[in-house]
Amino acid sequence: MNNLNLIYPELFIGISLMVLLIIGVFKKNSFNLITKFTAFSLLIAIPMVYINDNVSVKLFSNNYIIDELSSFLKILILGSSAFALFFTNQYIKDNKIDQFEYPILIMSAILGMFVMISSNNLIGLYLGIELQSLSLYVLASLNRDSVKSTEAGVKYFVLGALSSGLLLYGCSLIYGFTGSTNYYIIAENFDSQNLGLIFGLVFILIGLAFKISAVPFHMWTPDVYEGAPTSVTAFFALAPKVAGFGAIIRILYVAFDNVFVEWQIILIFMSVASMILGAVAAIGQTNIKRLMAYSSISHMGYGLAGLATGINEGVSASILYIFLYVVMKIGSFACILIMKRKNIYVENIRDLSGLSKNHPVIALSFTVFLFSLAGIPPLAGFFAKFYIFMAVIKADLIALAVIGLVTTVISAFYYLRIIKIIYFDPEQEKFDSITSNGIKVSLTFSTLLILFYFLNPSILNYFVNIASKAVQ
Amino acid sequence: MDLPILTIVTFLPLIGAFFILLTKGDEKKVNQICFNVSLLTSSLVFILSLLLWNNFDPSSAEFQFVEEQPWIGDVIKYKVGVDGISILFVVLTSFITPICIIATSNSIKFRQKDFFIALLLMETMMLGVFCSLDIFIFYLFFEAGLIPMFLIIGIWGGIRRVYSAFKFFLYTLFGSVFMLIAIIFIYLKAGTTDIQELLKFDIDTKYQYWLWLGFFTSFAVKTPMWPVHTWLPDAHVEAPTTGSVILAAILLKMAGYGFIRFSIGFFPVASHYFAPLIFTLSIIGIIYTSLVALMQKDMKKLIAYSSVAHMGFVTIGIFAFNSQGIEGSIFQMISHGIISAALFLSVGVIYDRMHTREIADYGGVVNTMPKYSIFFMVFILASLGLPGTSGFVGEFLVLIGVFKVNYLVSLLAATGVVLSACYSLWLYRRVVFGEVTNDNVKSLKDINKFEVTALLPLLILIIVLGIFPNIILDTISTSVENVVTIYNAKISLLNQTNIK
Repeated sequence: MNNLNLIYPELFIGISLMVLLIIGVFKKNSFNLITKFTAFSLLIAIPMVYINDNVSVKLFSNNYIIDELSSFLKILILGSSAFALFFTNQYIKDNKIDQFEYPILIMSAILGMFVMISSNNLIGLYLGIELQSLSLYVLASLNRDSVKSTEAGVKYFVLGALSSGLLLYGCSLIYGFTGSTNYYIIAENFDSQNLGLIFGLVFILIGLAFKISAVPFHMWTPDVYEGAPTSVTAFFALAPKVAGFGAIIRILYVAFDNVFVEWQIILIFMSVASMILGAVAAIGQTNIKRLMAYSSISHMGYGLAGLATGINEGVSASILYIFLYVVMKIGSFACILIMKRKNIYVENIRDLSGLSKNHPVIALSFTVFLFSLAGIPPLAGFFAKFYIFMAVIKADLIALAVIGLVTTVISAFYYLRIIKIIYFDPEQEKFDSITSNGIKVSLTFSTLLILFYFLNPSILNYFVNIASKAVQ
Repeated sequence: MDLPILTIVTFLPLIGAFFILLTKGDEKKVNQICFNVSLLTSSLVFILSLLLWNNFDPSSAEFQFVEEQPWIGDVIKYKVGVDGISILFVVLTSFITPICIIATSNSIKFRQKDFFIALLLMETMMLGVFCSLDIFIFYLFFEAGLIPMFLIIGIWGGIRRVYSAFKFFLYTLFGSVFMLIAIIFIYLKAGTTDIQELLKFDIDTKYQYWLWLGFFTSFAVKTPMWPVHTWLPDAHVEAPTTGSVILAAILLKMAGYGFIRFSIGFFPVASHYFAPLIFTLSIIGIIYTSLVALMQKDMKKLIAYSSVAHMGFVTIGIFAFNSQGIEGSIFQMISHGIISAALFLSVGVIYDRMHTREIADYGGVVNTMPKYSIFFMVFILASLGLPGTSGFVGEFLVLIGVFKVNYLVSLLAATGVVLSACYSLWLYRRVVFGEVTNDNVKSLKDINKFEVTALLPLLILIIVLGIFPNIILDTISTSVENVVTIYNAKISLLNQTNIK
């Protein structure tokens, strides 16, 4: 038990979650207080995780791992969630959905994600996923009075439960044929001739693909993104993707490392399908949240392309990709949250027209994010894609690289369309001036990072490389 | 000479753009400040680049003024330098930009501040393309230039500006992604992205063909070669005058430069193999676009198509693989850079007054604008390659170079010269001479001070270069000779191994 200090972050989040829940129950109108405390605890948890950054320890009979990968992703989750809390604060108050459950549910989802990332055991993985998903189902339907929001929640719940069932079924198959749920023992006993094990592998991959909304398990994404309150959508686009990637990296590169050939083709298929669907389906969208959903899908495709390589460069490229993806999405959603006229939030892309006249600075940073999402140099998004494709070509998957790069051209079209509306179209009535400091801080932070990443890419690459070495 | 002069030249416009970004206050005052700042920075860049040219040693084929800084990891470096091939493009870019800025004072009526920022950003990107000695950096600059150009066409363009801006962006991006794949592949095979080292490195013949095609897609779109030239007329027509000038004078030259530097330098075997493809596409391009140009009713579109035809000469000259051909191509690029800039500015002059580009709306302009007509005449004659103007030297050298390789190509290309005389002179006749049919033409005012300042340097340069072509040829000959020697050595090596 002398290693307990390594899971202080989890313990800390768990305890503060319960304490805050009790405060929330007994104190009326405590949304502000609890949001502040939640953000505060998330920020405190960052150094707690960071202290363990250089260790690689297996806990609880090899069933729970704290290593560089988990620490990196956990910091990313904590940071992005803290940002999400900051910049959605105003939105929640304006829409009168300021129940204290919102920050608490986010916190419990984060706890679930921590378990997902660190778990070295199928049961731990399942528990983490369920804790995360159940919190997210409730979050999606946070706006109880809105039909769309409840529908999103129910849809997410039904499909999510199905995918969890498939995941669990896969776990049981794996357990049945290898005799253990521990990743190391699974890796030892995995016999690629055994059809049952391959079925198990496929079911687990399906369950995880659903969580990161990779095609063909993406159907929930556009509806949930559109229906859920924007504050929740922003959160959906950030932390759960990171956790999903963490879980996928660990299970594929630890438990199923010996059967690389079996899952590589699945990953390539999902990656290609996500890139193509994400690029093509987004073209006709008029709702910016729906468009962001498709953009997320295509970005997950690029992330998966890096994982499909099976080499160290691929894993680090994917981790870097997911990091920069999160930064870009923080910025984009901060921009979406300023789309407010006379205290009513608008979501149509048309509403952005003439933004460059009314709010030049915001227009500029939104343009930076969009060009970066499209992967135009010298913005950070280009480097993210560059590393992915470098790994992909190194692994001799030239066709995947060609498809991937051609889809970037297609997806550039719909990002350009937004830029066109911002810059070329006649101006409309101004948006309300921004009062929330959270939005300002998030925008400044992410714009500067995306814009100036190219000055010294080595700093971030250094951390990413350390993280990716942990699973090799 | 420890001063990082190339870095200063490349990034000075960026600093200027940053200053413009910070200006605030009364709109009229801001516009004036922006104009002054951008004119100042771009002139400074021009002076520095002339200094660079002055200190350049033309007797050496090596890269000069090389600067090197580690950047990403151990391999990708920030490395810049110029040799005889690239230095003139640096000078051309820095020469055209101030002229563009002077010319904007008439044509850009709103959001001038943003315009100058975009223009200066554009200048940095273009200079970066020609200076970079690392293919990764080259790609960064090559692609990043799309952003300001997209905005220039889209915000300040004509009626169909959105369509044209999208077409321009997506075509170029589509071409470039294949180049990116090729660059990554080279990096993985050769372990370096340094152009100097790669020029010495022999890339395995079996990969060369695919890699060559990767680079080709990008450069063919940018040149533009038939049949992927269709973005160019749209972009030219809808872009504001300044945008058209930048596009025609410099952006298209990036591709020609890329062909010489990368296609021949890295993949000599593949270049040799694919030369007939280039010849065919270029010949079709020259003849077809010249015929199309004859039919145009829109002045800008006519000049745009003539650009495609003139760039056809550039590509066949490059792939003749002898010193006359390549020298001719470089000369043609420089001279076309000046002439097309001059033609677009001339069209801009009357467009600003009449707000129509239809040829039929003009006629008899000479009656009200005699000075302008002289300028326009010199530019038109230069464009069709009259001896004594710079247009002649390039085309002539190219035709000699190609004749040595394939007389049929040379013959067909020469018909392009005749056709270019047809459409240019016909355009001139319809616009400048003839009866005055349109009442607006009667009230035209002749060119003002600003316009003369923009057009006169171009006019002088066209004639000076036509009479003293050695100004350019002396600078480039050693480097071109070097390119040709290396190419021949590699090809003869290949033939020897094939015989064995």
